[in-house]
Amino acid sequence: MDRKIAIVTGGTGGIGTAICQRLAADYRVIACYFKNGKHEEAKQWQTSQKEAGYDIDILYANIVDFEDCVKLVALVMERYGRIDVLVNNAGITSDASLKKMTPAQWQQVMDANLTSLFNMTRNVLPAMLDKEYGRIVNISSINGRKGQFGQCNYAATKSAIFGFSKSLAQEVACKGITVNTVSPGYVQTPMLASVKEEVLQSIIANIPVGRLGNPAEIAAAVAFLASPESGFITGANLDINGGQYM
Amino acid sequence: MNDKKVALITGGIGDIGTAIAKQLDTSHGYVVALDVAPSSEGTSWLAALKKSGCHHVLYRQMDVTDFAQCQDVIASLANEFGRIDVLINNAGITRDAVFHKMTKQQWDEVLRVNLDGMFNVTRQVVEHMRAQECGRIVNISSVNAQKGQFSQANYAASKAGVYGFTKSLAQELMSKNITVNSISPGYVDTKLMEGIRPDILEAIIEQIPAKRLAQPEEIAWVVAFLINEKSSYITGSNLSVNGGFHMY
Repeated sequence: MDRKIAIVTGGTGGIGTAICQRLAADYRVIACYFKNGKHEEAKQWQTSQKEAGYDIDILYANIVDFEDCVKLVALVMERYGRIDVLVNNAGITSDASLKKMTPAQWQQVMDANLTSLFNMTRNVLPAMLDKEYGRIVNISSINGRKGQFGQCNYAATKSAIFGFSKSLAQEVACKGITVNTVSPGYVQTPMLASVKEEVLQSIIANIPVGRLGNPAEIAAAVAFLASPESGFITGANLDINGGQYM
Repeated sequence: MNDKKVALITGGIGDIGTAIAKQLDTSHGYVVALDVAPSSEGTSWLAALKKSGCHHVLYRQMDVTDFAQCQDVIASLANEFGRIDVLINNAGITRDAVFHKMTKQQWDEVLRVNLDGMFNVTRQVVEHMRAQECGRIVNISSVNAQKGQFSQANYAASKAGVYGFTKSLAQELMSKNITVNSISPGYVDTKLMEGIRPDILEAIIEQIPAKRLAQPEEIAWVVAFLINEKSSYITGSNLSVNGGFHMY
């Protein structure tokens, strides 16, 4: 009952899985999952995590929907009575150059990457304020810093995360709650699996370290910012991009 | 051949340097505090640290502004231990004055320690890290490098210079598995702050969203994270540790 609680949105994805695994050492981890309600897929994920030695809870919520987040947080509070860490990791891309981008592509990415951030944080915050303790880590992106051809929508949401984080950091700093961002560069995840080999090689050629990031390396940074010792770090951003953008 | 990791900390016996030394004592075989302070001061500092349970810490007197001396001291350390894994460029001074009253000497003193000192030490250490094909360099900058500060044109310039140095060196050393990052602390609870009038200190704290100063240990914690083996994809980065005082 006394175990600290961490919620990870997009918890079953490439980076999300690594974050869940890393936090599982110190927290009871709850992965948020939706993907149009394909619970079977989530259960398989949970089973494979268990086989690998990670006991992770899954709760189903469409975090684009505010009411779903209300219910999710109420359920977590009922079950565990506390929320110590929130990692807003869920995100999607729907790339197109702006001259071809449809309003649907714009809206989808805004909803998934930004509205969800509001919905989850808005609902989790009261529990943190009550306890006067909390760690919120928002996953942005290198492309939120430098922009990227074909990603007006994605880059806009990821840049917006900086404004959100810095504002919220000021509001809750005196309540023992920190709000920070992590901006990964290109990371070895299923999201990159669809990229053509020659395109991937040219991406890697542009990364000074000469390789892609590893999901575990992002997870380590999240765990660092989420730790109790990191209480004076707030409103900060940590770039993890192998020197691709400084 | 020594397989114990070796860490060097400049400004090693100051408050932040001490906290870093204590933190690294738990993970490194040899933690060498380099400081310009007279060796009598260094010796009593070391005795206090040993008493508090740190058994891997050493003290060597070194003036970071003296290139030849840095060369000698670091060569002898490398010779003694056979390797240098970590360098924390932490030495720094202030000589505050509003610019229209700032003397050439105030300017020079700050630039010499904060920026030339970083060159003088890093230039030696890089040789060894390149040969080993591994290393971690962490440079201590300051929130005032990002936001500027009344009466610190010299200090802010030197600390902002740390970023350019860090990012350039990061690019040069990536292929050698050496990372170079900076940390920008806000106001930290050190002896430096004791000289500030209580009402001014209170006004400073009022402006920090966290409503408190940082403890030196909180800076040391960040150093430990950046020099961790697992942090190898983090390079050329800066991490602000300022309680929300300045965000960018």
